[in-house]
Amino acid sequence: MEIPYTVDARPDTGLANPKLGIWLFLASEVMLFGALFSTYILLRVSAPVWPHGYEELSVPLATFNTVVLIASSVTMVMSWAQLKMHNLTRARMYLWLTVTLALVFLVVKFFEYGSHFAAGEYPEHSTFLAVYFTLTGLHGLHVLGGVIVNSYLAGPGAAMWRTEPERYTNRVEVAGLYWHFVDLVWIFLFPSLYLL
Amino acid sequence: MSGSDEDIKHHIKVYIAVFTALMVATVITVGVSYMRLAVLLAVILAMIVATVKGSLVAAYFMHLKSEKPAIFWLLLLTASFWVLLMFIPVLMYLDSFEIGARR
Repeated sequence: MEIPYTVDARPDTGLANPKLGIWLFLASEVMLFGALFSTYILLRVSAPVWPHGYEELSVPLATFNTVVLIASSVTMVMSWAQLKMHNLTRARMYLWLTVTLALVFLVVKFFEYGSHFAAGEYPEHSTFLAVYFTLTGLHGLHVLGGVIVNSYLAGPGAAMWRTEPERYTNRVEVAGLYWHFVDLVWIFLFPSLYLL
Repeated sequence: MSGSDEDIKHHIKVYIAVFTALMVATVITVGVSYMRLAVLLAVILAMIVATVKGSLVAAYFMHLKSEKPAIFWLLLLTASFWVLLMFIPVLMYLDSFEIGARR
């Protein structure tokens, strides 16, 4: 069975189905992270004492990770731009670069978590750390999801370029929208948790 | 989003410019945090810079600048519920004052 409107726009929405689908998914993600942010605000304003993020967490490591994630958003959008210019080799190179940067982000996070665990600072240690591990843990899982999807698109998934180049380009664009959202969430998490 | 090779090359220049702006904004965010301002002022400044950064990502990397109306309607609905969600802690906070005053 052929899936309709994978490339052409639907007459009613003016959009191809994958793009509408990913935006609906991202809308649900806004509510997921929004609920957690809302909980964080509620816990913080209700607490008689709340530590400053910069006293509990490593600002230099988080700043480095912010630069890494923003750079990965650029490589992701560059991959899509290369496909638009019919250059699959460069597009795949940018996708692999995106995957590498995402892995760098996760490795830094691994060391950050490791230093907390080594000091006996687990989520039950304080409400602040519970919030920190919940928000960054969920975000980290999203980064891992992006690594899996982008690795597939840069690897075996790229075979689609030979038969359906436009559909493959759309897939990279849709994966990019997800990836930029992951970047966007971090842009708000970074100051909220580390700098305030 | 479509275009000729020339259009795409122009897009690439814009992406590099946005990347530079995001880096500058990151330096500002971290720099301001080292000034150790009062919490309320620090929160307001940090959220303003984060909103500017987020808007740049959404407008240029996510191509919202040139997206179809259906996406905007969807986002408007999402934003309405998001504002409602963010308003709950404010109501709870105000309510805690009310309870305190009654005691």
